[in-house]
Order: sequence, then structure tokens, then C-alpha cells
Amino acid sequence: MAIKILTEHINKPGIETFEVYRQHGGYAAVEKALKKMTPDEVVEEVKKSGLRGRGGAGFPAGMKWGFLAKPEGKPRYLVCNADESEPGTFKDRHLMAHSPHTLIEGMIVASYALGAKTSYIYVRGEMLYVIRILEKAIAEAYAKGFLGKNILGTDYSLDLYVHPGGGAYICGEETALLESLEGKRGNPRNKPPFPAVSGLYNCPTVVNNVETIAAVSWIINNGGEEYAKVGVGRSTGTKLISACGNINKPGVYEIELGVPVEEFIYSDEYCGGIAGGKKLKAVVAGGSSVPVLPANLITKTASGENRLMTYESLSDGGFATGTMLGSGGFIVFDEDQCIVRNTWNFSRFYHHESCGQCSPCREGTGWMEKVLHRIEYGHGHAHDIDLLVDVARKIEGNTICPLGDAAAWPVGSAIRHFRDEFEWHIRHPHEATRKGAVYRKEAVLV
Amino acid sequence: MIEHTQTDVRFPEETLKQVREIISRYPEGRQKSAILPILHLAQNEWNWLSAPVMDYVATLLDIQPIEVYEVATFYTMFNLEPVGKYVLEVCRTGPCCLRGAEQLIEHIENKFGIQVGQTSPDGMFTLKTVECLAACGGAPCLQVRLKREGGIHKYYENLTPEKVDGLVEKEWV
Repeated sequence: MAIKILTEHINKPGIETFEVYRQHGGYAAVEKALKKMTPDEVVEEVKKSGLRGRGGAGFPAGMKWGFLAKPEGKPRYLVCNADESEPGTFKDRHLMAHSPHTLIEGMIVASYALGAKTSYIYVRGEMLYVIRILEKAIAEAYAKGFLGKNILGTDYSLDLYVHPGGGAYICGEETALLESLEGKRGNPRNKPPFPAVSGLYNCPTVVNNVETIAAVSWIINNGGEEYAKVGVGRSTGTKLISACGNINKPGVYEIELGVPVEEFIYSDEYCGGIAGGKKLKAVVAGGSSVPVLPANLITKTASGENRLMTYESLSDGGFATGTMLGSGGFIVFDEDQCIVRNTWNFSRFYHHESCGQCSPCREGTGWMEKVLHRIEYGHGHAHDIDLLVDVARKIEGNTICPLGDAAAWPVGSAIRHFRDEFEWHIRHPHEATRKGAVYRKEAVLV
Repeated sequence: MIEHTQTDVRFPEETLKQVREIISRYPEGRQKSAILPILHLAQNEWNWLSAPVMDYVATLLDIQPIEVYEVATFYTMFNLEPVGKYVLEVCRTGPCCLRGAEQLIEHIENKFGIQVGQTSPDGMFTLKTVECLAACGGAPCLQVRLKREGGIHKYYENLTPEKVDGLVEKEWV
């Protein structure tokens, strides 16, 4: 039985209540950290654990905490990024809705480590029911003395609030999230200064994903070194993978990093194989922003090794033949899905969600959407494929925040691996626009 | 886009209490932070955000009306024109489309004789498409804000045209 760090008790009846959560060992990490450890010792354990940011970037969490400036007389903030909006990703919603105290406990320990006296959980506005669940759990934690003044009789006090978003993918970017939390449009900020120096209300701030913060309690209870023993190499610990698309068992799975991708797709413990006994065509392994890979490259690297669910293995081969673990939004395409149509769909998404600050993203995402639309609907030109590659390249790296890259990568990778499918759409518009028509290239199907 | 149709805008006392509690969550002088939670309260009260409603929110937060307008127009959850009693917000993003979202949208359009963005003639339903709702495991999905449940957006997952028909008959009445 694989180790469960975040979801061991998630199916226990009543785990959303303080009592049941506590019966299963909940809040032990708060007691241990506040009574027996200094804040720096907590940071040190997280550094030792090798825990990496679970929102998508994979930056070492302990290092991020270490960067936090501590000027005299200025408050510091911890903000939890629960603005889960990356297509294919629904792990944080799952965790918060079923076991809210897992996040709250992690927030208390992390806030203590960072010296934050007020912390916020920024939840996307659509998840109002999750906000209600969190607020109820927070009220319980206050009532039991785990939040508020002098927690457990110590000198440490903390207020924790939930803040709703308003419907904007861009607010998942940490500086846009801070703008939004300050009551403004979610326009990302130029960096530097980084939030660690000047974040919320111009004060030093750490922004961490839900899953990252939720892992902290286990690390404090069991030690950073124990956590680092789970997983493979620099991909330590477990990861929540939200699997969706054409599979038999969509859902959220906590995996030990290092599970072979092939096992993840076909084992009954996880996705349970492709629905309807069809063949696998492609996978977007880490949320819509990461490069799409054809079946033959998702299960094996270009050099023929088994690909594993780790940061390193999934990115083996760079963008030429690899992808990224990203947020863990694992989207599976069967042989009847059209890559052109999906790429157009994703481009529409990024065009819709671009905040409009940077010209390459504001204009480029719209151009890509239009060009992909005309290819999909049988009006493509022979030069459109190169045009798309050109536009994607000009967006990538030329914007304030990573949304530009996120918009460019799906297009670039789809053309890289499925160029013949785009060409087929352009050369055979009548056939390609026939209802249910799909281009098949047996070599990439598994 | 912004219409001026409502006058006499004021939250009930109970909601005003909530507004004061929300403002207290942020440091002094940072009351503007409360804008999104209060706009959600306003939308639940009046169903959509008219200019007078946004002006009222500005007075509650002691900020300029333009500061409310620019926020309300940026975030997609806010209705800037009148909508039906139930706003069906159907996810149109990739993972949902892999499992039939496009057919679902078409079915709803045909059922009410409306297109995306329009309201049914009886004023009951507005159809909107939205981007990923973080419910891809239950694709295709949609959400509906239920005033009777305090404005909670309820998620409906693993939908089929038949299930939507059933919901129209029994749940959204």
C-alpha cells in the first residue's frame, strides 16, 4: 500500500469536523511546532524535506520561505493560493472540501514558521461552497484555541481568513492574486520586487499552493528527512494528481512521486485505462499549460526509458520530447479526439483569460485562437501552421507573467508532435469538418 | 454595458453586519480588499450589478465608484446586466469537451430556444459558458448560483442532456 501523506484519512466519516480530524492525529503538528520548535527550526525541516511548490512551478518551498524578508516593524503575510483554475486541475478543491482542517493545520504551522500574524486563503469565487466548509472549520479551530490570541497558551497569535476571488484564471499567478486580494483587477506585477520582499500591502509575503501547505504538517510530525525518503531523487514526497478526460476512473489520486506513467494510466488503482477500450492518443500531464505529448512519448522517454511521474522524468528531453509535471492536472485523450480542436479550445481559454497588460499575450492569444479556429473549421491556409509557430514564439518569454508561456506551449507542442494532423485539416477541409471525423496516425497510438 | 435602472439601493441590516465583519478582516485603511466578497453579497441580493449597486458598494468601502467598476468588469462572475432567475454556467474548456460539454451546451440552447449569453423568454434561465470550473473529474459540469442557499454556486457534475432535463423540472424551479 502506497504511503498517503495528504489523504490518509480523507474518506473517514466526519473528517471535516475538528473532533474527528483530531482523533486521527490532527493538529499534532501545531502542538509540536509551537511548543517544541522555533520558527527557524520549522523552516529548516521543510528545507530538509525537499518539498516543492505544488501549484505548478515546483520551486523548493523551504527555499522560498528562506527568502522572506524580515524588516523591523512590518507585518509579514502568508497567503494560500487556492485559486485552482488550471484546466485539468481539481486536486485542491477535493482536499479542501473533504478535509479542510488539513489545510488549516498547515496554515497555522507555516504562518508560525514565517512569523505571520494574519494569513489569508484566497479561494476561487466559484467555490463558495468550499469557502463555507473552510470557514466552518476555521471557526472550530478558533473555538478550540488553535487560532486567535495566544494559541495553546503560547506567545503566538494568528488570525486566518478566507478570501473569495471573482472568476479570473490569472489570479492564480501569485502577484495577480495579491493585487486581487488588495481589491484590484488581477494584473500581475513586475518582478522584482518579489513578494518575499514586497507582497501583500507592500509587506513581505509568501504565497503557497494548498497542497504545498497541507504537506507541512506531516513534515513537522515525521521530520523532513522522512519526507525526503518518499519519492525519487529531487521529486520528494507525494503528489495529488487529478486525472480526467477519456479514462475509466477520473478522480484525484495521491501518488508517491516515481510511479511509472504507464502504470498510472492503466492500473486499476489509478486511471483504470482508457474508457471504452479505446487506444491512447495523447496526454497533457500537468494542466493545460504544459506541452501535450503523444502516447508513445508519454509512457517512454525519447531514449526508451520508462517515464515516471516525477518532475525530472516528465521533463526528460526538454520540450522537444518531454513535458512537465506542472500542477498534476492529468488530461487523457483517446484516439477519437481531435488535437486541432483541443488546441483551439485551449487557445480560446488563454485568450479569454489574458489580463491584457502585455501586448504579445493580449494580441497573440487572440490571433492564435482565430487561426486555430479557421483551421478547425476548414478555412486554414498552408502557411497557417508556421504562422502559429511564429506567434507562439513571439509571446513566449515576452510577458510580465507566465500566462504568455502557458498560452504558447500547448500550441507549440501540438504542432511539434501532431503537425500532420494540422496539415490534414488544411489539405482536406471537407473531410476534416465532417461530423466525427478524426485523423489517425497509428504510430502515436498506444 | 452598465445600466442605470435601480434606485434605493441598500443592504438589509443583517447583510450590513456581514459587510462590517468582512471589512474587519483587513488592516486599517485596506478596506478596499473587501471589494470582491462584498460584490458577491451584492450580486446575491440584486442578482446583477447595476451602476447604482456598484456606487453603493463604493460608499460602503469609502472608495471611488470607478474603483468598483474596474473590478466588477474584470472578474467574470459578475453579471453587469439583468439575468434570469437561474444562470446556467456551463464549462466549455478542454477536459469537459472531451466528455460531451459541446453537446450539452447545444442541448440547452435548443431546449430554451436561446443562444449562449441569452435569457429564456420566461426569464427563468440565462445560459452562459465559463472556463474550467476545477471539476474536470466530473466532466461535463455546470454551476448555478442558488439564492435560496445563500448564493452558493452549486456544482452539477457528470451531466447528460437527460440529467439537465430532470434538473430543469425538479431543481431549478
